[in-house]
Amino acid sequence: MRAAFHLAARYVLRHRIQSALLAGALGLVFALPLCLRVLIEHAQQELRSRAAATPQIVGTRGSALDLMMTALYFKRENLLPLPFGELTELQHHHSASASTMAAAIPLHVRYQAQGAPIVGTELEYFPFRGLHLAAGKQLSRLGDCVVGATLAKQRGLQPGGHLFSTPEQAFDMAGVYPLKMRVTGILTPNGTPDDEALFVDLKTCWLIEGRSHGHDDLKKDESVVLTKEEGNIVGNAAVRMFNEVTDANIASFHFHGDVSTYPISAVILLPKDAKSEALLAGHYARSKEQQLIRPRDEMEALLTQLVRLEGFAASALLLTATAALLVTALVFALSFRLRQREFATLEDVGVSRVSLISVKVLEVLIVGLAAAVIGLVLLQFSSFAAPYLLRWAL
Amino acid sequence: MSATTGLQVSDLRFAYSAEGFRVHVPQLELAAGKALALAGPSGAGKSTLLRLLTGLLTPTAGKVSLGASQMETMTHEARRAFRLQHIGLVFQDFALLDYLTVTENILLPHQFRGTADAAVRTKMLDLTERLHIDRYLNKRVSHLSQGERQRVAVARALVHEPQFVFADEPTASLDPARGRIVVDMLLEDTRRRGACLVMVTHDPNLLPLFDQTVRMEDLATA
Repeated sequence: MRAAFHLAARYVLRHRIQSALLAGALGLVFALPLCLRVLIEHAQQELRSRAAATPQIVGTRGSALDLMMTALYFKRENLLPLPFGELTELQHHHSASASTMAAAIPLHVRYQAQGAPIVGTELEYFPFRGLHLAAGKQLSRLGDCVVGATLAKQRGLQPGGHLFSTPEQAFDMAGVYPLKMRVTGILTPNGTPDDEALFVDLKTCWLIEGRSHGHDDLKKDESVVLTKEEGNIVGNAAVRMFNEVTDANIASFHFHGDVSTYPISAVILLPKDAKSEALLAGHYARSKEQQLIRPRDEMEALLTQLVRLEGFAASALLLTATAALLVTALVFALSFRLRQREFATLEDVGVSRVSLISVKVLEVLIVGLAAAVIGLVLLQFSSFAAPYLLRWAL
Repeated sequence: MSATTGLQVSDLRFAYSAEGFRVHVPQLELAAGKALALAGPSGAGKSTLLRLLTGLLTPTAGKVSLGASQMETMTHEARRAFRLQHIGLVFQDFALLDYLTVTENILLPHQFRGTADAAVRTKMLDLTERLHIDRYLNKRVSHLSQGERQRVAVARALVHEPQFVFADEPTASLDPARGRIVVDMLLEDTRRRGACLVMVTHDPNLLPLFDQTVRMEDLATA
């Protein structure tokens, strides 16, 4: 057996490139269904855990999936905006009967800063997601932001640094303009999309949106006045608009219009108990404008579809694996056939048939073992890369 | 002649098919320690006879005795085991494994017998030195010239000190000087050990070196 192994190993080593290619192809084909399983299991676990940690979400009626993806993963889905007044309603209107029915955390998800989502929210969001400050301090005024751990690391951001919001359209002269935001704090990582986002106050989002602005005092500089009508002063094009909030100009920032009509994307509800949860669900079930979703249920529905898709993918991969196995068998059969003279020589010299079969079997086993090692490495890699792949995919 | 240690053939017949090529050897004897040259034109059946004597082919009729062993009565596996133990073969096309080194090729039969010990390695070093291939021991045979490969094949045939050595034109790829070294070595080694040597050759200059010469055309008319 030792001689047979030696001969088989020498042959495989002599043809190492061909053997490695064969083993690689086999390893890949057999590891793929398992890698897919690992990735899906990880995705399911992560998606479920974030969904389970978010009891209820309120948004404008429309796609429940879009609402969930916006509130949980900060995706810029085409959601109809929810008026800010709805949050006030939640916080105050129900107060007579259910003042402590649920805590409500608003979310504004529309803008980005260098590819990272800008999430407008309130300070309650941070303890709710288990986010703490790793450095710096919390949001303290308009134009401040705190940055997720991964984003800060990727961009080299530190407290005291700045970050510009990205305009939605490059040629939107009258609309959204880049706001220079002051980084006040860096958050601890929690292994969720929060790590890759930056958080601002809702008013900062509205400032980016153009619902608030700050500019030169028109009363102090006549040269920038266009018209004066019944106490209303209209500035001309020379008026200097501020794209950064500073201690010196913060007083000049002001909002136009009714704040209760200002848009937010969603409201995360944290019901006090099961009864409150049921009451809130009942309330929004009757609403024609708003909807309330339970992310856990929505995610389960989504995952059920995913599992079905995985079944199809796994079947396809199994068929591929079977085909690869057959091709490999053919490759070995052809290889042994081409080497008939070599085996005949061994027979002529006196090597027994059992030894010859052992040589062939051992060659197959060596390649199979190499394929298994490659497969295991791929599997290990997929386990390691799963969180990154999922983050990238989402 | 010692009937139990030499080679004996009587009324050996073989045909590839009913109408095809035939070999008939009425009588052939070779004592231990003697050398026999098989000569004859191409296609006369020299290689076929060699394969019949080594048990690689089974005769249609007749007897082949190698020492005390009757080859035609042995099973396929028994003949294989006998060859591994008692026969050294030098093939016309060398029949070396390209992916093995010179050492590995020479020791191949020993590896499968589990007898590749120090004594065998010493014998191998001696043989390779005499055949002038000792500096290639760790080289793959695919990197050697035809002549060097042929000498590796000779070393492999002799290293386990077989009782019977069969060589099919071992000098065909060698220049006359190298060819002579190889033949001298085969003759010296087998004679010293009292082994039988049967060699197929086209070279008439080599025939006087052998104790016996059998011409295939004579056998055919015998």
